[in-house]
Amino acid sequence: MTVRIYISRDASAQALGADETATALQIAAASKRTSITLTRVGSRGMVWLEPLVEVESANGQRIAYGTVTAEDVPGLVTAGLFDTAPHPLRLGRVEDLPWFAQQERLTFARVGVIDPVSVDDYVAHGGFAGLKRALGLSGAEIVDEVLESGLRGRGGAAFPTGIKWRTVLEQHSPQKYVVCNADEGDSGTFSDRMLMEGDPLCLIEGMSIAGLAVGATKGYIYLRCEYPHAGHALREAIAAARVRGYLGPDVCGSGKAFELEVRMGAGAYICGEETALLESLEGKRAEVRYRPPLPAIKGLFGEPTIINNVISFGSVPIILERGAAYYRDFGMGRSRGTLPIQLAGNLKRGGLVEKAFGVTLRELLYDFGGGSASGRPIRAVQVGGPLGAYLPESQFDTPLDYEAFTAIGALVGHGGIVAFDDTVDMARMARYAMEFCAVESCGKCTPCRIGSTRGVEVIDRILQGVEKQANLVRLESLCETMQHGSLCGLGGMTPFPVMSAVKHFPGDFSRDR
Amino acid sequence: MVATELDNDANLERILAEHAGMEGPLLPILHAVQDTVGHISPAHVARIAMALNLSRAEVHGVVSFYHYFRQHEPGRHVVHVCRAEACQAMHGEKTEQHARRELGVDYGGTSSDGLFTLEAAYCLGNCAAAPTVMVDEKLYGRVTPERLAAILADWRNR
Repeated sequence: MTVRIYISRDASAQALGADETATALQIAAASKRTSITLTRVGSRGMVWLEPLVEVESANGQRIAYGTVTAEDVPGLVTAGLFDTAPHPLRLGRVEDLPWFAQQERLTFARVGVIDPVSVDDYVAHGGFAGLKRALGLSGAEIVDEVLESGLRGRGGAAFPTGIKWRTVLEQHSPQKYVVCNADEGDSGTFSDRMLMEGDPLCLIEGMSIAGLAVGATKGYIYLRCEYPHAGHALREAIAAARVRGYLGPDVCGSGKAFELEVRMGAGAYICGEETALLESLEGKRAEVRYRPPLPAIKGLFGEPTIINNVISFGSVPIILERGAAYYRDFGMGRSRGTLPIQLAGNLKRGGLVEKAFGVTLRELLYDFGGGSASGRPIRAVQVGGPLGAYLPESQFDTPLDYEAFTAIGALVGHGGIVAFDDTVDMARMARYAMEFCAVESCGKCTPCRIGSTRGVEVIDRILQGVEKQANLVRLESLCETMQHGSLCGLGGMTPFPVMSAVKHFPGDFSRDR
Repeated sequence: MVATELDNDANLERILAEHAGMEGPLLPILHAVQDTVGHISPAHVARIAMALNLSRAEVHGVVSFYHYFRQHEPGRHVVHVCRAEACQAMHGEKTEQHARRELGVDYGGTSSDGLFTLEAAYCLGNCAAAPTVMVDEKLYGRVTPERLAAILADWRNR
């Protein structure tokens, strides 16, 4: 009998030794003369348990063991791993672990379960059901479904996805494009990467539905070059989908064409800004464009273009499959559906948690995250990437909701949460925010290009104790100029982390060093 | 796998031919050149500019805009050390310091033995297992200074 074993091929799992564990398992199986089938899946999101090994039991259940390093393998195999025998590392079914059971996995339902590049696995788990339904609808009906679901752009701007699509639908042009923003540059975020590595066909399906909706025949996935693993998974999945007729000149025999291509970025954070990304796709320096015109009207190569984040597209298949109401019933207020939240930085149990909007920061940090990895008190968290505000403990009861976060001067963004313990120096973090903006500024507008460099200098003077009070006033005035005078969010939002650090952690700026 | 100078022309012509007719071909061409030859030289820039009917300044402007493209030959391996917030929250600055000290260079520099080029990265997407280092395409999580020393030793012996 062949034993089925599942180990993640996710980049984070590999970074923690999943490949070595897989090799050790194959060697151990050979020496035991046990036949095994090893499938490399996506990650279940429990990064702190990686490398995670799941073994299918005699009654067809997947029993998890973690953390399993290559060194653990011989002992585990001797103890009866292949028979799912008891062992201190045995965790039981992943679905029964509280960390996992308390999630609402819609977009990530298949991640960690299926072989990411197998069309058969994908279809067996509900894949392409959304596309098949979309093929029977008119473009306007598809757009209405997305609009009705309440889906808002998951890249961070939270603009209603359906409105973007409707604008493109209304344009008359022989060529329209669908572009996926997979330039996930925000520190503390990795949900795009995990979906692209763990269920790339879901993104492909979402983009195909977008193409059908607006009459676009060509799609591009603009992927940051820091994600080589995601690139491999996407290319394999695109090739597999094409062979099976889910992509190409005649999608599922409908007579409609949709082609998809992966394009690699080249290490520029600004490409996460959609107009800079379009410039980059066109082969230019990634300088932000003036708006109007909107990309929906004049986007890639001047043509009407849908440009959405990976998770936005990845949420579309389930909306089409189950209907708008099913998706809309999750969430709170005007934040509908679920958000894949990334727990990062100094947390005991970091990873990916998909929850309906409304979960509080405290629940995420302590119930899911288990508190700090260092065991020290959590002093600050940054939500929404390097342009997100730093929040102190007093704001941990804020629910994850776009409006609630805006109300406290913060942003949900792409759902990344980075926790810091009490050893963090918030003045240094404020300096880093300015330094990062200086490194990554596209240079087109002055407040961002010059302001960020001046910002570093002003904070340096504060750190050196030179005219502290006067320089704090200067910093605030500079931030105001950047916020209101910059062309895009990079210069315009760098003041959020800087000024929130000044506001909530003033002692770090005033103390003598 | 760095090709010799003699191969460059043939490589470049092959790459240009492969990308003929592509929409917005410049970045894919630059990636292909760097993947094949290791860097993008002024001679490459001139030839690419001619092929795409662009000025050399335009192509150079693109090459120099993106952090990833390099204009000089790198060491045998490229070490990316993440400097972003999630890694800082796990004291990644100590890992950074170790990298600079052990390799004897700052970001952008190549160790004197020609083995390693050190580069800063701003998030490698491994934020739940920080600090993160990437050597070529191999990613490492929870990289303390001690672990980095072991990783570099491993790559030296390859």
